[in-house]
Amino acid sequence: MTDHKVPPILKPIRDVGIVGYGAYIPRYRLPASEVARIWKAGSGGLLIEEKAVSGLDEDVITMSIEAARNALARAEIDPSEIRAVWVGSESHPYAVKPTSTVVAEAIGATPHTQAADWEFACKAGTEAIQAAIGFVGSEMARFALAIGMDTAQARPGDPLEYTAGAGGAAFLLGPAEISLATIESSYSFATDTPDFFRRANEKYPEHGERFTGEPSYFKHITSAAQALMQAIEASPSDYQHVVFHQPNTKFPQRVGRALGFKPEQIETGLLVPLIGNTYAGSALVGLTAVLDVAEPGDRILLVSYGSGAGSDAISLRATELLPERHNLAPQTQDYIARRTEIDYATYARFRGKLTMK
Amino acid sequence: MEASRHWRLKQERYTLMGEICPHCEEKIFPPRDICPACGENARNLYKYSGRGEVYSFTTVYQAPAGYEENAPYTIALVRLEEGPMLTAQLTDLGDETVEIGMPVEMVTRKLRSDGERGMLVYGYKFRPQLARTISA
Repeated sequence: MTDHKVPPILKPIRDVGIVGYGAYIPRYRLPASEVARIWKAGSGGLLIEEKAVSGLDEDVITMSIEAARNALARAEIDPSEIRAVWVGSESHPYAVKPTSTVVAEAIGATPHTQAADWEFACKAGTEAIQAAIGFVGSEMARFALAIGMDTAQARPGDPLEYTAGAGGAAFLLGPAEISLATIESSYSFATDTPDFFRRANEKYPEHGERFTGEPSYFKHITSAAQALMQAIEASPSDYQHVVFHQPNTKFPQRVGRALGFKPEQIETGLLVPLIGNTYAGSALVGLTAVLDVAEPGDRILLVSYGSGAGSDAISLRATELLPERHNLAPQTQDYIARRTEIDYATYARFRGKLTMK
Repeated sequence: MEASRHWRLKQERYTLMGEICPHCEEKIFPPRDICPACGENARNLYKYSGRGEVYSFTTVYQAPAGYEENAPYTIALVRLEEGPMLTAQLTDLGDETVEIGMPVEMVTRKLRSDGERGMLVYGYKFRPQLARTISA
């Protein structure tokens, strides 16, 4: 086994960047206090305020289409130039039949394109981004679209039910010279860690026991972030913004503090208190909120986490092109502001938890 | 199961793809072979912006087969800003009341599923135009 004195970062031959980005968050919100009311849990120490819930006619396909359209609006490119449409999720509507072909068709990327669905719990979206960096960076493609999107599942009464939300984001990767943010470098850290899983044909995931937290989220995010920063000789103070996977409000705050980031560096991308944990969309939709306000030259560190387990760390730098594209699509805060509160019964109906037949 | 029909209509349904008549420039939706305005062949594709306004609307309580789980829902005659009028469901209404003249925009949503084992059918619906802090 090779002893890596300098962590082996992932760097393509050609420089790559984000040419367009777009978020999607559904309209409905379920307050955590409403979940607590049903399960008589008391309202002290709730992990978030409320979570976003998808409507009856929404799923990962429809949500990915809207995020992708927003990314294309900012990219201002011809969608027939896209050579890959990749959607990372753990709530693909079909067990067999790609989400990505429907998305590719709806945005006008078919037929000269790759299309595939990615799966790695909450980091399927950043996996797709890294693959897209390779696709563009090797000059196999000029543009590749990577999406992280989820309508997260949680068993009624499970602690996850407070936070399992819906939303995500799409990123169009392309040549650095026409990018809104360039990819400086990235790194992946993965081990076999059984902290959270869902077996085939099961509706709800299993989690908990001894692998939650320290050996999973904290170990993988810390390792990935430190390795990347060491390899590119960066330190936390070099970044204006940092975005972590956000299963609740405390975890990203705590891992940020442990790594040496200040609360103001985390603040802009920390959306979990208002939309919940959007799983494969979680860190990515946080990144869109940062890109919505970032200035040219700002450095951004993105670190995802997926159970099972692994973290992808990506270092980005905003370019001069970013500010003029901010308003070519709805901003992430526009989606957060579009809010209709629902009660638990409506949530149960929207999420298919009622037996109709 | 009508997989072949859903497949045939996918471009029109997913992206609001219609036609523009090469002879009289009439914009046509849904697409058809003959221009309804001048009677000539009309097969040039035209993609609509998806923006329009509610011309009229009604609420369906007794939904047809395949749509029961969404009932009650509102359907509207939507006048596209390019001219044509079409019928579509309104979605994401939340607690907003629908009014004639209300600005709406196209979104691609799940229209129905052919049962638990069947295909999911996607297509256009319209929602109230998303409020934006800074307009484009």
